[in-house]
Amino acid sequence: MRHFIRLIRPYIVWAVVMIIIPLLLIVLYSVTTGGNDLVNIQFTLNNFKKMTEPIYVAVFVKSFQLGLLSVGICLVIGYILAYLITIFSEKVQNLLILFVTIPMWINTLLRTYAWICLLSDNGIINSILGVFGMEPMSMMYTDFAVIIGLVSDLLPFMVIPIHTSLCKIDQSLLEASMDLGANRFQTFWRVTFKLSIPGVLNGIIMTFLLSISTFVIPKLLGGGQYMLIGNLIENQFISVGDWNFGSAISVILAFIILIAITSMKQIDKEEAEEE
Amino acid sequence: MMKKKIGSILYITVCFLFLYLPILVTMVYSFNSSKSLTSFESFSLRWYENLFTSGEIMNAVYVSITIALLATAISTVLGTITAIGLSKSRRILKEIIINVNNIPIMNPDIVTAIGLMILFSSIKMEKGYLTMLLAHIAFCTPYVITSVYPKVRNMDPNLANAAMDLGATPMQALVKVILPMLKEGIYAGVLLAFTMSFDDFVISYFVTGNGVSNISIIVYNMTKRTNPTINALSTLVILVIVITLVTVNVIPLIIRRKRNPEDEFTDMNRSLKEEEA
Amino acid sequence: MSNVLIELKGLTKNYEDQQVLKGIDLNIHENEFLTLLGPSGCGKTTTLRILAGFDEPSGGEVLFDGVDISKIPPYKREINTVFQKYALFPFLNVYENVAFGLKIKKMDKSLLDHKVKKILKLVGLEGFEKRDVTKLSGGQQQRVAIARALVNEPKVLLLDEPLGALDAKLRKEMQGELKKIQKEVGITFIFVTHDQEEALSMSDTVVVMHEGIIQQVGTPEDIYNEPENRFVANFIGESNIVEACMLDDLLVSFDGFEFECVDKGFKKNECVEVVIRPEDIDIVKPEEAKLNGTVKSIVFKGVHHEIVVETEKRDYMIHTTDYFEVGLRVGLQFGPDDIHVMYRMDWE
Repeated sequence: MRHFIRLIRPYIVWAVVMIIIPLLLIVLYSVTTGGNDLVNIQFTLNNFKKMTEPIYVAVFVKSFQLGLLSVGICLVIGYILAYLITIFSEKVQNLLILFVTIPMWINTLLRTYAWICLLSDNGIINSILGVFGMEPMSMMYTDFAVIIGLVSDLLPFMVIPIHTSLCKIDQSLLEASMDLGANRFQTFWRVTFKLSIPGVLNGIIMTFLLSISTFVIPKLLGGGQYMLIGNLIENQFISVGDWNFGSAISVILAFIILIAITSMKQIDKEEAEEE
Repeated sequence: MMKKKIGSILYITVCFLFLYLPILVTMVYSFNSSKSLTSFESFSLRWYENLFTSGEIMNAVYVSITIALLATAISTVLGTITAIGLSKSRRILKEIIINVNNIPIMNPDIVTAIGLMILFSSIKMEKGYLTMLLAHIAFCTPYVITSVYPKVRNMDPNLANAAMDLGATPMQALVKVILPMLKEGIYAGVLLAFTMSFDDFVISYFVTGNGVSNISIIVYNMTKRTNPTINALSTLVILVIVITLVTVNVIPLIIRRKRNPEDEFTDMNRSLKEEEA
Repeated sequence: MSNVLIELKGLTKNYEDQQVLKGIDLNIHENEFLTLLGPSGCGKTTTLRILAGFDEPSGGEVLFDGVDISKIPPYKREINTVFQKYALFPFLNVYENVAFGLKIKKMDKSLLDHKVKKILKLVGLEGFEKRDVTKLSGGQQQRVAIARALVNEPKVLLLDEPLGALDAKLRKEMQGELKKIQKEVGITFIFVTHDQEEALSMSDTVVVMHEGIIQQVGTPEDIYNEPENRFVANFIGESNIVEACMLDDLLVSFDGFEFECVDKGFKKNECVEVVIRPEDIDIVKPEEAKLNGTVKSIVFKGVHHEIVVETEKRDYMIHTTDYFEVGLRVGLQFGPDDIHVMYRMDWE
């Protein structure tokens, strides 16, 4: 097999050009001025300072609020769903999990677009309400619409890891727990839930990562004025043209995610050590 | 016991409705003769006709499909040979590459996207079809590597030795023994790469230019208002994806049934689950 | 013995900073059943991998029919291997596995078919052609692995602990089978094992290795009866090993007595070690022997008793079919040719 070591070389070159250099460029742009003109760049921290302005702080706060809220909703709905799926026989479970996975494969954009059809003022929900003689509600371009979109987009990413870790739990542990006098609730809380924590953490990381960086869902369901971190970055690159500031926001975003991942891994590790 | 199950079934049904209802509604209304979303007037293929006569949309379909095929082919080859080489590399190099490889997987799409956007503009590459293709290869390959590499690691290293011992050159050993051994991982990688590329919006959106658009970009630009043509397009795309997924999940099931009835569901689905986790 | 086929000259191998082979010199003959025997990490598998071509030696030569092949890739060597866990191709059936090498050589289909069927018959797998190799028993997989290698008609067959994964009964059966196959095809077998019993019962020549060095080369009888040092004596069966002094040719002293022996060629008063096999010691009445002691324990081992006799200086182990009561005073007797004098090893 020593003959095959060389096979790795093309990817080393590729990874340097297509993964490492782009990251370095983002960092470089974030600490310089003058945009694309690399000849007379100047180093500065102004791009980061700019982020402390109230309007941008508000964007970050809003992103966190919405992100955490949708992660929380996903966690509650998703945990129950994952848990209930494990009640069924393995065959049925596999089928149900396949149904949970299918939406992940369908373009977020199309699924979000589908919500517009449901939620818009002359959309289906309102027409159903109309049949019952209720006043139409204005749901589009609200936090509610954005959260609905986020939750439906992220739910599978929460369910799958939790279900995987629930499946791994040895049934005899639950029997042992009941044998030792724990009731159903105690058994669930002290054994099942505890053992599913790695899956929960994985689910939280995945959904948080996706929710904090999204810009499609808020743009389609929240409207053009709706600003989250993702939209702010998009704006800087597509409409405003301030790539340096956009890069700085991206650096912060990547940093937030890095912290989120490491802290989750830390919790996971501590949990594992406790066992 | 039965009562409990009924409750569970109810909950699961509600969740699935939440996941699928919007999609189903778009599909149903793609056959509506009127533009209205409130009432279904009569069955018509009007929007499908619109779809197939729109040069812009057909062009985007062409771009999406060709990019997905090319990116899948290239990233599968690149990812597979890398995974094979990786298992033979020194530990430090291996760890570095695996970590670098994880960057595009863990990084938000938007960060990957602007990184590539800045890269292409820095080297004065004109944005369009080629930049989109390169970007797609860049984000698909890490997924191929992550699905193939575990299979390489689990393979008995003596299998390649055995092939060479029996007279196969390293190339013959690769084609006749190693690749068949990695089949499942490679299939999972192909599926992942194809759907990721076909579905991608964020990265394509940032790295394209000169009017080159894929389906996602077209949809994004048209969703400013509801447009039944998108419903029709969306229906077709979803059908393609669902048919692919179901075939990929069911065919191995049927084949395996013949050989080993105990084997439950597919590894494909399982490995995808692990991937996502 | 017949012609030398393979000659290893000063073979060394380093892995990173560790030297696993420290200069191996060995001649391997045509039609020989040669076993590399030693504990794990002794370098036997590395030697085999160098012979197969999977590893390149760091130094020294591998001469095959007088030509150095150490740089030749495995696929150009007339050597085939039976791997430790068989390394059968799981996606091919029995027939396709065996035909693999011949297909690579683009052999004519009818000839290929003939050869595959013949070899499957030789290993006793007639009618198994279409079977899935992953569903075969360990012994059957083993046979497929042997057939897959032999069908290429190599000059040498390498076997890397091929019986390690089998249970005790099957192992015994396969030992006989392998020996029979080797006689039938008439080629050199190089067999690697850590099981001394296996090595002694199958081989023409046994090569005992330890820490990258050959300790002794010889027939199974030589190795068992005339171990050259303490390591070999200890590794090959249970032994009584006693530090001794060679007073003169044919005269050795230990435990305070002088004994006649059959060894010569040592320096006068050279410090040596003496090995006496447990079954070579007779228990007699105390007055009939120089060495005296009391029976410390007796354990029935199925055919013989294992008796430990405590003497003034040390305990001796004796295998005998007779029964002696614990506490009985006895004499230990052995003849000159039961005493094997060995060089003392200073590295242990």
